[in-house]
Amino acid sequence: MTDLAEGVLNGSRRALARLLTKVENERAAVQADLATLFKQTGNAWIIGITGAPGTGKSTLVNAMAKAYRQQNKTVAILAIDPTSPFSGGAILGDRIRMRDLSGDTGVFIRSMATRGSLGGLSRSARDAIRVMDAAGFDVVLVETVGAGQSEIDIVRTAQTTLVVEAPGLGDDVQAIKAGILEIADILVVNKADRPGSTNTLRALKTMLDLGHPASRMQMMAHHGDFLHVEHSTTTHENFWLPPVVQTVASAEMADSGVPELLEAINTHREYLETAHISTQLEQQRIQIELYDLLQSALMHQFLETLPETMIRDLVEQVQQREIDPHQAVRQLLRRTENVTEV
Amino acid sequence: MTGRKIRILIAKPGLDGHDRGAKVIARALRDTGFEVVYTGLRQTPQMIAEAALQEDVDVVGLSILSGAHMTLVPVIREAMNASELEDVPIIIGGIIPDDDRPKLEAFGVRGIFGPGTDTEAIATHIRALVSSQDESPNLEGTA
Repeated sequence: MTDLAEGVLNGSRRALARLLTKVENERAAVQADLATLFKQTGNAWIIGITGAPGTGKSTLVNAMAKAYRQQNKTVAILAIDPTSPFSGGAILGDRIRMRDLSGDTGVFIRSMATRGSLGGLSRSARDAIRVMDAAGFDVVLVETVGAGQSEIDIVRTAQTTLVVEAPGLGDDVQAIKAGILEIADILVVNKADRPGSTNTLRALKTMLDLGHPASRMQMMAHHGDFLHVEHSTTTHENFWLPPVVQTVASAEMADSGVPELLEAINTHREYLETAHISTQLEQQRIQIELYDLLQSALMHQFLETLPETMIRDLVEQVQQREIDPHQAVRQLLRRTENVTEV
Repeated sequence: MTGRKIRILIAKPGLDGHDRGAKVIARALRDTGFEVVYTGLRQTPQMIAEAALQEDVDVVGLSILSGAHMTLVPVIREAMNASELEDVPIIIGGIIPDDDRPKLEAFGVRGIFGPGTDTEAIATHIRALVSSQDESPNLEGTA
């Protein structure tokens, strides 16, 4: 076992921090560490927190972590912020809202930039979450970028997904558009002390009454294909209807509604476990991850076999309207077929 | 390690509430491609050391305008060392009298930038600092 993996398992915060950096920077170099740690994962409950910017996600995460600490549960937080597409840099500012947690060794906060990944999660997020899980935290809170309409990644990673709304941020049609009803296991109306909060609450409840969200399982679809779903688990009596929880998370005032939120998360966990959906969902998550990894590995492998100029030439041909992009890709594929025939 | 992302913590220790400078620097460093962990105002030395540890930053940048640098910097350095962060350099931005500069450097401060410093010069300095750090990985892999 490497020093870092051993350090993580022994509770060294420095080793944990270092390994998380390596997960982001040197994927090839951490394969052995990840393989070692993987055996120790599966104990943490992974909670995704998503929602539009300004709904108070970071402050809510801070309040949730405090509440979990009161239950003596240890908490790791992965706070993800966007990478600037122009400079490749990022400002990771979620810690500003999490100062209450400082000085508590039962909490570990890590900020991460998306680094060009589009789904609201960083490409390294899955591995980072696993490292935190292996480090022995009871709960991992994953706060996404909150880009609004591209938050599917979190559903494919977390066991319970919270969608955070706030009063006054668009009407109920926004909610349908963003697909949040399908994403959410629990809907949170944060800033519930603000005017308009009851309207938001009512709108969300109405939307839920209008139709059950399509099966959460079907949201796990990959590349437009639906993965196989056992029907027995999605019958009406077995259906999870996302509850709507009102919260006030605040740096200045006392939080409210947070214990109720934790209770709702617990109920969701019990539902998944007693209905044996947990296992199935995990299988789907693993399958999707394997597809993702395979996709990038194949792409990488494929590009390595290409002569450097080939892509550039094809780009030029497409630009000159000599061939279309589909023809270009067919040419690329034909080329490798020839290579394997040789 | 070529082309790896530089991570820097920008923190404002002490009690003064002027964070404009820190924000300008955070933004400028983002625009040159750094990942900037921004923790905001009124950070205690322990909070800074803790954030630097958890975020595994390459450099800690402190913005100090209150004149309390001679008090704050040694305590922060000590708190960082206590967290096994001896190898993480501190740089300072703010109003620092010339007389204090050598003293701060003696505390291990690896860059002092006054008002009006070109942000590109700061970025260049940090890059050089980090690459010299990478070449002497004496604490690599410490658990």
